[in-house]
Amino acid sequence: MGSRRFASRATRDLQLEQLVSPYPELGLVAANGPNDPAPELVVENGEVTRMDGRDAADFDVIDRFVVAHGLDLEVAVEAMALDDLAIARMLVDIGVPRAELVRLSRGLTPAKLACVIGLLDPVELMLAMRKLRSRRAPGNQAHVTNLKESPALLAADAAEAARRGFAEMETTVGVARYAPLNAIALLVGSQTGRPGAMTQCAVEERRNLELAIRGLVTYAETLSVYGTEPVFVDGDDTPWSKAFLGAAYASRGVKVRFTSGTGSEALMGYAQGMSMLYLEARCLAVVRAAGSQGVQNGSISCVALALSVPGGTRAILGENVLAAWLDLEVASGNDAIASHSEIRKTAKLMGQFLPGTDFVTSGYSVMPRHDNTFGGGNFDSDDLDEWLTIQRDWQVDAGIEPVPEDELLHVRERAARAVQSVFAGLGLPAISDDEVAVATSGYDAREMPDRDRAADVEAADELLARGVSGLDVALALDAAGFQDVAEAVLGMQRQRVSADYLQTAAIIDPGGLVRSAVNDPNEYAGPGTGYRLEGERWELLQDLPHVVAPADILGDLAGAEHVVVERGWASRGDDPSEVVVAVGPAFAAALRRTIADLDHRAVLDAVCEGIRESGGRPRIVRIARVADVAFIAHDGARLSGSGVAIGLQSKGTAVIQRADLQPLDNLELFGMSPLYTLESYRAMGRNAAGYALGQRVGPVPTQLDNFARAKLIVRTTLLHARETQAIVPGAAPVELELSAAPVT
Amino acid sequence: MQFDPSDYPLGTRRPDLVATPGGMPLHEVTLEAGRAGRLGADDMRATPDTLRLQAEVARAAGRTQLAENLERAAELALVPDDLLLEAYTALRPGRATASELEEWAVRLEGFEAAKTAAFVREAAAVYEERGLLAHG
Repeated sequence: MGSRRFASRATRDLQLEQLVSPYPELGLVAANGPNDPAPELVVENGEVTRMDGRDAADFDVIDRFVVAHGLDLEVAVEAMALDDLAIARMLVDIGVPRAELVRLSRGLTPAKLACVIGLLDPVELMLAMRKLRSRRAPGNQAHVTNLKESPALLAADAAEAARRGFAEMETTVGVARYAPLNAIALLVGSQTGRPGAMTQCAVEERRNLELAIRGLVTYAETLSVYGTEPVFVDGDDTPWSKAFLGAAYASRGVKVRFTSGTGSEALMGYAQGMSMLYLEARCLAVVRAAGSQGVQNGSISCVALALSVPGGTRAILGENVLAAWLDLEVASGNDAIASHSEIRKTAKLMGQFLPGTDFVTSGYSVMPRHDNTFGGGNFDSDDLDEWLTIQRDWQVDAGIEPVPEDELLHVRERAARAVQSVFAGLGLPAISDDEVAVATSGYDAREMPDRDRAADVEAADELLARGVSGLDVALALDAAGFQDVAEAVLGMQRQRVSADYLQTAAIIDPGGLVRSAVNDPNEYAGPGTGYRLEGERWELLQDLPHVVAPADILGDLAGAEHVVVERGWASRGDDPSEVVVAVGPAFAAALRRTIADLDHRAVLDAVCEGIRESGGRPRIVRIARVADVAFIAHDGARLSGSGVAIGLQSKGTAVIQRADLQPLDNLELFGMSPLYTLESYRAMGRNAAGYALGQRVGPVPTQLDNFARAKLIVRTTLLHARETQAIVPGAAPVELELSAAPVT
Repeated sequence: MQFDPSDYPLGTRRPDLVATPGGMPLHEVTLEAGRAGRLGADDMRATPDTLRLQAEVARAAGRTQLAENLERAAELALVPDDLLLEAYTALRPGRATASELEEWAVRLEGFEAAKTAAFVREAAAVYEERGLLAHG
């Protein structure tokens, strides 16, 4: 018979995914693969004759592109001669500037790059990322899609994404012909939320370029590259065609980021026996050689495959670091679903989240996962409070800002109205007020009114035929009275003219200033340097909607009626049936309810009833000199005619004590105050009297809730603080009498 | 009008150096000009000159390949949209013969796109050796 604990674990979400042992022949090995070539570079008469295990005659299309455009042979002699370990140590040495490492990278072959990265452990990789990221401040990118391709909802979600601080947002299409409509909704929504947010619409290249030419999008990251020749060719490209396309986009004012990532070659069947990290090093060498300013990597859509093999998470962070080392902007994945397990998914995220990358995710789903048509939604709108809380926990800026609900409702509504007016102004099928209302406050597209999809796609075709541009969108907004949004959309057109955002890691701030690795570089050199979350930004990221001020938790008890009356100093009793109920300094005074929200008067009544039920005689005293329940009870026991007392703290913690025991010893301790009912206190009273009268007593059954502490520790702290504030040092015990006031 | 790469970003620090393809200075690209019909959609893009200034900025920052890419972009800025996409398609694997790629290089030279033309010829030579040309 098997273990019932194994059986229980088998039902966990983690078990929905498959872990495999390494299989290098199929490329199912994360890093340091047994077949990866040893780093090698032979240069004769200024020509590379051998690289990473291959003679020049055998160079494939990737080798040839890297040799032609990606290697600085003047640096190579020096760099290739360095020991792998020596370079690895330089990566984490805060005394070695980023610029020096970038210089050396220009002379390193893909195998050498992969070997060096393969030497770093996770914490070293994070430090290296912290140091090598190209832009000073980290950022984030959003996914904005919905299943109905509702323009009002796209605009509202884009506005929310922009207002939450996402520097870029990406949409796509379910139906290709929708592209211009979705691009317009995203452009209008983003600029309503925060001027300067950049947008893209991931569609086929020809369509994408057309959107770019019309000024409806500002960036693209659809240019995929692969680490082996057969897969590259299966992807219907070569390094030369992709580099040409990159230049073509740039010529139309589009910021371009290539895409690569571990696991794609294995998935497409031609890993050629190489490790994922080595093949990614080849991809990244191509990306830099092609002159891309940056890359989206970190396994992206193949993340679950990389996570199926040992060391997959480390290799993924390794490839992000490698991209940064090559001086590329990095949008570091975390968009496709990495794991069914929330624990594993979050653990994987920390590699990018803690050191910060140019875009911590290459698509955080600002809407529910159900509406994410990228197959993404690794983190979605339902996870936002967790993300914000983890930022607050670590004092880390991972690119998302808290925004109050009313402000978001306002900006969402405004964006939906703005796109409604643009559709009207451009003669597109009308967006109804009902659509605006649901887009503002609804959960997902299932709630959105259905549109006439045939009319939408016809209008989209006609829109392109008319040559409608970003300028027309700005003028339509202007005519409808959305001047500020019109200015912002025109501002994005101006950005296309100056082309500053084509530089590495460029984003645009709300004032229209482009911040890139050129004018806002990462200059991290250890503690006290580089981007640090402090000052106003830290205040902003602390101030979450679900944070409350401690003073507001307990509220104000002023005006509450007295439930006990003081009757002078208490002295020792001599009735052997007497049981003292000793309460703490604030009990039924500065505090009136236990942590379980029981009224103190009702608690006292219950305890006293219980004492009487067992034949005892209750007597209530206040111990004001201490707040610790053990001493409250012990002081009480010394006053008790029977020598037995119940101590009660204001938060509801209780203990049954006897005068002859040491103060920290006891007969029964009741420490789970959040779980007690009045019946519990009655049972405590019964037992206390039982001890006093020498009866046979079975301990009061107790329950256990290990989450109570996590849930209530703040409240506990605050309640106990009030108790200690009520202490009167050296005060003698006071006799209490229940007042006649009715229990509420 | 002297340009120094530290003048980046041009849009905010040296708008005087930036103009639209129609010759309108950046500071005149306003909503008001749009309302008055003085702006066209074709004005809303970078000129080859601006792209070359950005290439200089990239080169000064040590980003050689990005600079070369932006120089190719500057050349391609003058190539019509359709031709641009056709040239891209010709460079995809198995699409063009060696002589067709040579024709593309010559056509690009007609737009004074010398660097891009050389890039296409370089591709053609590699495609020949790696079997990536169309079988004419």
